[in-house]
Amino acid sequence: MDFKYEIEGGNFSKAGTASSEVKKILKQLNVDPKLIKRIVVALYEAEVNVVAHAYEGNVTVKIASDKIQIIISDMGPGIPDVDQAMTAGFSTASKEVREMGFGAGMGLPNIKKNTDEMRIKTQVGKGTELELINYL
Amino acid sequence: MTGNRFYHALKVVEEACIGCVHCMNVCPTSAIRVDEGKAKINKDACVDCGMCLKSCPVGAIVVEQDDFNRIFKYKYRVALLPTVLLGQFPDEITEDQIFSALYEMGFTHVFEVDQAVDYLVNATKKYMKDEHQIRPFISPFCPAVVRLIQVRFPSLIDNIVRLKPVLDVSALYVRKKFENDGIKPEDAGIFYVTQCASKIASIKSPVGDYDVHVDGVINMDFIYNKILLLINKNKIKTAVENNKSYLKAKSIHWTLTNGEASQFDGRCLAIDEIHNVMDVLEKLEMDEITDVDYLELRACDHSCASGVLASNNRFLTVERLRKRAKYMREYCKDDNCDSVSNDMYKYDEFLKKNIGLEKIESRSIMKLDEDMMEALKKIEKVQRIMEVLPKIDCGACGSPTCTQLAEDVVQGHAKLNQCVFMQKLMTTQGLMTPSESFEISEKTWGKGRFDKNNNEQ
Repeated sequence: MDFKYEIEGGNFSKAGTASSEVKKILKQLNVDPKLIKRIVVALYEAEVNVVAHAYEGNVTVKIASDKIQIIISDMGPGIPDVDQAMTAGFSTASKEVREMGFGAGMGLPNIKKNTDEMRIKTQVGKGTELELINYL
Repeated sequence: MTGNRFYHALKVVEEACIGCVHCMNVCPTSAIRVDEGKAKINKDACVDCGMCLKSCPVGAIVVEQDDFNRIFKYKYRVALLPTVLLGQFPDEITEDQIFSALYEMGFTHVFEVDQAVDYLVNATKKYMKDEHQIRPFISPFCPAVVRLIQVRFPSLIDNIVRLKPVLDVSALYVRKKFENDGIKPEDAGIFYVTQCASKIASIKSPVGDYDVHVDGVINMDFIYNKILLLINKNKIKTAVENNKSYLKAKSIHWTLTNGEASQFDGRCLAIDEIHNVMDVLEKLEMDEITDVDYLELRACDHSCASGVLASNNRFLTVERLRKRAKYMREYCKDDNCDSVSNDMYKYDEFLKKNIGLEKIESRSIMKLDEDMMEALKKIEKVQRIMEVLPKIDCGACGSPTCTQLAEDVVQGHAKLNQCVFMQKLMTTQGLMTPSESFEISEKTWGKGRFDKNNNEQ
């Protein structure tokens, strides 16, 4: 079964809505609290990324008996240099975004840290698709 | 302890309950349903926060207490007082009068719980230094919050400081001191006077499953009335000048909002009122709040000043306690007048060994099933049911929200046709007769509930 959520670009006050919903579902599913924490921290970071950089995005959560897979796809600028984006502290966030306490350049590294597998598909000028997998 | 039902201090008095929705709507853990015209509390979900008691229009939710006369079974009768007790009275009533009244009613010793604050602050500082990898630390002070974390936010359990709350430290100290003074343990009865339902629950079934050295609990409103009666009848004759306790300002502030947060280094936040607390815990679970060192979380608005058994207005209570703290700050410049607080350090070795808290268990109430794939099927069912429910959360089905009814239906605790919208729909479609619909609503709201006379009584 899939759970789908929408993310609105540029609306920081709503960032975290999808993560909250997913967290509730994972608790209802009796997933280990430590794993829930990893998954929602990763998803929250990814959500903030979409809000900060893209115009709009979608979250799809797929639950299987052995893993939880989350796909976050957005329509946005894409990532020109993925390796650079994966470097802790590197950020392309605007001054405004940083002033709101986001954009410290820890997003993708933190997502990777909290997932078992992470894949990025990105096209400059089109958008990015992030796939996160955590095994149960 | 697993599998055991947890002791709760809050009880519904069935004879008094009129079966309305006030308590059900405010319960932060959705622990209340209305069935057969009475509020029913789910013991697994209740955290004893007392929101239901505060909201009840007819006083049908009460806090159980021990019989006061039990104190006379003991040769030495100790009253352990919460600081907020002194905040209950108007300025005209002096501390001397209040303490005298306590001796007059039969206590032989009076200690203030918060005399242990100084010791506990230092122990907590040491704990945080030793466990520096944990961030943020969550205060173990409020038992309702600790229980809330157990049932709704289990991933944050490890953040709770594993030290016993100030009450337990005080009780341990009194016991040990008596032992040193040659008083036999069976001769001394320690009675905790409290403004708080969750503290009672934490004494009767402590989180971490240990012995609390308290022999009984007395509700603060009961003591408040007894003190006022004695003072009004001019029955105060015991001179207590020497027995009065002088608390440090920080000890007086401890149970008020910011009482803990102001004592520690780093970024410390103080959050009061249980819905505010839940909001912060939600954010904490997603690392949405970071770089915080210490979180003081209290279930009641204005912390213990608005405990369920408090009689005075909470703002006035805070005002009086601030005045007392200001006076003490000026009076106790060298900190030496709080002799009890200083005396506790003599028992450091003993206390150090006994104030640690065992593992805190998760007892999540969120899961729909132990088995994940079964739970997933249940979520699908809940979502399908939600498509037909009105989503207005009227409570007329006996569940607090439409989502909650849907979950209750899936768990087999309720029927979908308890929803009045469903009943209307089914009767117009000829799937239910008006009298069947009536019977279902009578099951929820009680026999005879819809009779005209019943409502006029």
